[in-house]
Amino acid sequence: MATTARIGIGSPLSRVDGIAKVTGQARYAAEHKPKDMLYGFIVSGAIAKGRITGIDDRKARGVPGVVEIVTHENRPRTAWLDRSHQDQLGPPGSTFRPLYDDKILFSGQPVALVLADTFEAARHAATLVNVAYEAEAHNTDFDKAVAERYMPSKKRDNYIAPKKRGDPEKALAKAPLKVESQFHLAVEHHNPMEMHATTIEWMDDGSITVHDKTQGSQNTQAYLSSAFGISASKIRVLNPYIGGGFGSGLRPQYHVYLAMLAATMMERSVRVVMTRQQMFTHVHRPAAEQRVTLGAEMDGRLTAIVNEATTSTSRYEDNMENVVTWGLMNYACPNASGDYAVAAMDTATSGDMRAPGAATGMTLFEMAIDEMAEAARLDPLAFRLLNYSEDDAMNGTPFTSKALREAFAEGAEAFGWAERKAEPRQMREGRELVGWGVATGMWDALFSKTSAGAKLSANGDLEVSSAGSDIGTGTYTVMTQIATDTLGLSPERITARLGDSDLPTSPVEGGSWGAASTGAAVQMACQSIAAKLLKAAGKVDGKPLGSAGIDDVEFVDGHIVSKTNPAASVSFTDAMRAAGLNSIEAEETATGGISGMISQMRKSRNTHSAIFAEVKVDEELGVVRVTRIVCAVAAGRIINPKTARSQILGGVVMGIGMALHEETMMDTKLGRFMNHNLAEYHVPANADIDAIDVIFVDEPDPEVTPLGVKGLGEIGIVGTAGAVANAIWHATGKRVRSLPITIDKLQD
Amino acid sequence: MDTATLDTPADTYAITIGLTINGQQRRLPVEPWTTLLDLLREQEGLTGTKKGCDHGQCGACTVLIDGKRVNSCLTLAVSRDGADVRTVEGLAEGDRLHPLQQAFIDHDAFQCGYCTPGQLCSAVGLLAEGKAKSRDEVREMMSGNICRCGAYTNITDAVLEVLGEGSVK
Ligand code: FES
Ligand code: FES
Repeated sequence: MATTARIGIGSPLSRVDGIAKVTGQARYAAEHKPKDMLYGFIVSGAIAKGRITGIDDRKARGVPGVVEIVTHENRPRTAWLDRSHQDQLGPPGSTFRPLYDDKILFSGQPVALVLADTFEAARHAATLVNVAYEAEAHNTDFDKAVAERYMPSKKRDNYIAPKKRGDPEKALAKAPLKVESQFHLAVEHHNPMEMHATTIEWMDDGSITVHDKTQGSQNTQAYLSSAFGISASKIRVLNPYIGGGFGSGLRPQYHVYLAMLAATMMERSVRVVMTRQQMFTHVHRPAAEQRVTLGAEMDGRLTAIVNEATTSTSRYEDNMENVVTWGLMNYACPNASGDYAVAAMDTATSGDMRAPGAATGMTLFEMAIDEMAEAARLDPLAFRLLNYSEDDAMNGTPFTSKALREAFAEGAEAFGWAERKAEPRQMREGRELVGWGVATGMWDALFSKTSAGAKLSANGDLEVSSAGSDIGTGTYTVMTQIATDTLGLSPERITARLGDSDLPTSPVEGGSWGAASTGAAVQMACQSIAAKLLKAAGKVDGKPLGSAGIDDVEFVDGHIVSKTNPAASVSFTDAMRAAGLNSIEAEETATGGISGMISQMRKSRNTHSAIFAEVKVDEELGVVRVTRIVCAVAAGRIINPKTARSQILGGVVMGIGMALHEETMMDTKLGRFMNHNLAEYHVPANADIDAIDVIFVDEPDPEVTPLGVKGLGEIGIVGTAGAVANAIWHATGKRVRSLPITIDKLQD
Repeated sequence: MDTATLDTPADTYAITIGLTINGQQRRLPVEPWTTLLDLLREQEGLTGTKKGCDHGQCGACTVLIDGKRVNSCLTLAVSRDGADVRTVEGLAEGDRLHPLQQAFIDHDAFQCGYCTPGQLCSAVGLLAEGKAKSRDEVREMMSGNICRCGAYTNITDAVLEVLGEGSVK
């Protein structure tokens, strides 16, 4: 029997959705046009705090094509209770309700929605809606807000309080080496290339199809159902293609609410798309301030860590992140403590952006570690190895695996770290100073209960499905590979389906749990198909497989083959025909199991990375170029090295943005972000990105998740900006403690 | 804009232009304020061309006009009467992908895929310009197309592969 090479787990299969994406056939949320659809254009509020005293929309209504203008004054009723407006991921507080009443909570808050027959008419009319306000004093100055930092009485679900060990104050007093530094990270906006958009199809039978840019179809479905009091069975949310998320689509954004409000009011199909400017009026990575105090012996052994941080949130919700725990977990040090609080401002609520908490807290901590390495006159890599912790140093628990040492070794080798000059300003190329820096990255290996379905047709085609999302992460491809691996079908015979709230239950896509969780569920569903196939094969005349059990057979090229006697085989088609089956279906839920839960309590589960950066700094102009990055990642099993590498590349690029470019600047007087567009908020462009080398370190870990997968969406960004900042110091001798490191900061 | 001009029914203002879109000749009534991007996406249903900013800042809307790469969001459709427009939907010949499309797949030069049509059209334009010869030049001359997923190194690899083959018209 002919066998093809198995394109299963571990092979670099090209994205199965590749053709749809390169031919323009992949349809995103704003690319559906139901019959009689109205275009909605959002009018953004002009003040940061206060109330609306009047809305004059007469001129706007006079624009030909304008059908309705929705405001808080004429909107339909929605649910009364606060908790009806909470989504699965909402932090404690009172969720923002668009067009609810006259109160203004943040600048750019939607104050009206214009509905028209054409996009142009809606856009033009929106400029004619006249809104009068009564402004109140606001504060959008983070430094001022920090003075009133507080610990919310109700904590966010996933918040982990830092655990204290030893007596850090006493140890600091005695430490022969001490560094104390204050760091700052600017607000960043996710800016996925696709702007947030919803197209609602209003069906004749009163059911509603919602094409939404969201990272969780079922979260949006549940949210809309509860906020609008419509049975979930009448709402179907579709998001098969998402033009980037990075966390911005974890919670339902206000565009989907507005679209639903308008659709229910008009009983018509509606589309609402945010403008790029409006993309700066909702979720963002919080501003952060972090003070790190370290004590060490003369030989560089850490004796004390005090890690304190504050991040920004809104007045109406307490968004919290795990910022200070990472440093405490990662370093062996007998005395350590952390302190975290939030600072409220009159802005929209901050939220999760790629590696929330860690991208901030680990990155800034790694900049402090570099300063201590300098104080101890040690190579920064040697310093990290000297203070390496095999266990989770904060929780005192072992890791299911931690191949960070190997990541350091392989990364250093690939980078050529051994050639590094110890002192800063020692390497130069022409008019540029050259600097090398290193940092550690760390993220959680998360697993989330997920269901998947599988359906094998009589002709041998297989469909695997789950309600999860592929936000560019490669989930479609990973599902296909796992199905291939389990049932021995070629990828062309497999269709992977995602992004539909009708499919088997899946959590919101985020936190890098997609591959591990959806993958495990798909594997279970396929295993269940395999068992049913084998049973069916028993009905075939002459029982070619005898009494073989599931462990005695293999699934190869659409056949069940005996392991001991490869001549004995039954094709899937014959088996199904013999059993009188047109198709075989299965749905399974991956939970991680009881043993997984017990192990979860006793062991820490994390991904790690070692990042090496080379920068070149123009001595006169202060222009920084990141010329080389080596990112060595220890993330368990890699299902697809091709898409996995891309995940890391993407994280590293965003990390370079964090180091050098990305910053949303606040006009504290107006209470508004000033640079709300892609010309003034610089995300790295092609010319900013040079060589990036990704290494996956061998890290077998059967315990961490059912497939041994740890997830890759976040780890690439964590620490990257730290490595760049440390390299800039090595090049220039200057410690810039505020990210991004823009030219002005290097010049003064 | 002076609002008074809009008091009369909008279709009064439609002007009929001729465009060749992906090889097909079209006569299209367009309002003077409609961008080529909105014409393609809303009127023609060619949603392969993306909107990422509507302000000429991201390159997602890049199409080829008479063979040159252009931001269609900054182009009023009415100003291009008689032009030849090629979008991502017109790059492949039937089932045969354009070499750049294939190279993008092979090099995993995208993740979410939203910037991809713009990157592809931009790369087709770049090759036609014949200016970029080195990796650094490709990086520089592809910098009008932002990829928030950060697929740049793969995009550059894909473009360089096709550039090296010289197989593109
Ligand atoms: S949409 Fe045209 S450049 Fe961004
Ligand atoms: S692939 Fe997502 S923006 Fe480029």
